[in-house]
Amino acid sequence: MIFTFEIPLLLLMLVTAAGAILVKDLMSAVLLLGSYSFFLSLVWAWLGAVDVAFVEAVVGAGLATVLFLLTLFGTAPKDTRLRRPPPSLTTLIVFPLLGILLLYAASDIPGFGDPNSPANIHISPTYLERSFQDTHTPNVVTAVLMDYRSLDTMVETVVIFASGIACALLLRRHGK
Amino acid sequence: MIRPHDSIIVQTLGRFLIPVVQIFGLYVLFFGQYGPGGGFVGGVILGTGMILSVLIFGHDASRSQYTKNVLHGDGVGMLIYAGVGGLCMIGGGEFLNYANLEIPGLETASRRSLGIVLTQIGVAIDVAVTAVSIVFSLSAEEIMEDSING
Repeated sequence: MIFTFEIPLLLLMLVTAAGAILVKDLMSAVLLLGSYSFFLSLVWAWLGAVDVAFVEAVVGAGLATVLFLLTLFGTAPKDTRLRRPPPSLTTLIVFPLLGILLLYAASDIPGFGDPNSPANIHISPTYLERSFQDTHTPNVVTAVLMDYRSLDTMVETVVIFASGIACALLLRRHGK
Repeated sequence: MIRPHDSIIVQTLGRFLIPVVQIFGLYVLFFGQYGPGGGFVGGVILGTGMILSVLIFGHDASRSQYTKNVLHGDGVGMLIYAGVGGLCMIGGGEFLNYANLEIPGLETASRRSLGIVLTQIGVAIDVAVTAVSIVFSLSAEEIMEDSING
């Protein structure tokens, strides 16, 4: 009953992610990656993280696809020809082991929505109870991001600023 | 160098869509306090609207020097954000503690709400300008001489 939406979404994500890696043409890979981001945003929305879903849909499926496509238009056909060597022996041994390790660790993750999980008993209740009186902001996510954790958000903005500067410095070198 | 798109359908749809996208971006930006959204997403949507106009009408669509100088304004958003923090320090509190913004006639919670709005505008400007600036960096080589420095 619970899995009505989750299983098809998970299958679609697996198919689009594998397709983005396996497909021969780079243009198709970019578009498949965009649709992967869109399905991922549906998963976020299904889990109740609407703000994250919004960002994923706008940035992952929209902006990143446009940037990838613009990069692709700037390349010559010989740069985009894909050669896929067969996976080495190390890859074949290490990655399944890593997967088994992750599956083993996953059994220790607290259940979804468990009120006694560490994430839900540390400081989240304080935010949920007091954010509206403190800041007059009904959206708790915004209150946490922009008020309680404002310095973090400022440094994230510095990161975006630095990425823009780095792109300009690296790519506009034909100017004086 | 991105040339203007030839098709009349694309140009007409662009004229109709770009203002809608921009209005929606502003709505998301200011609705972030009441529902999903916020400075980052609003800024990305505003930037996407501008990218759309660059893709449809080309780099030289806007002849005014003013709009080209705007592209050098990556730092303005950062300045607004850090400036709000500085104002809080001037008001006698910690950096980015909006309760110390010196605005008469507002209680503490409303000051913090106002601080959130101002910093979100800063984030949105920074993200939007950076998105357009990255697109300009990626899309052409001789832009520097042609378009930006006019």
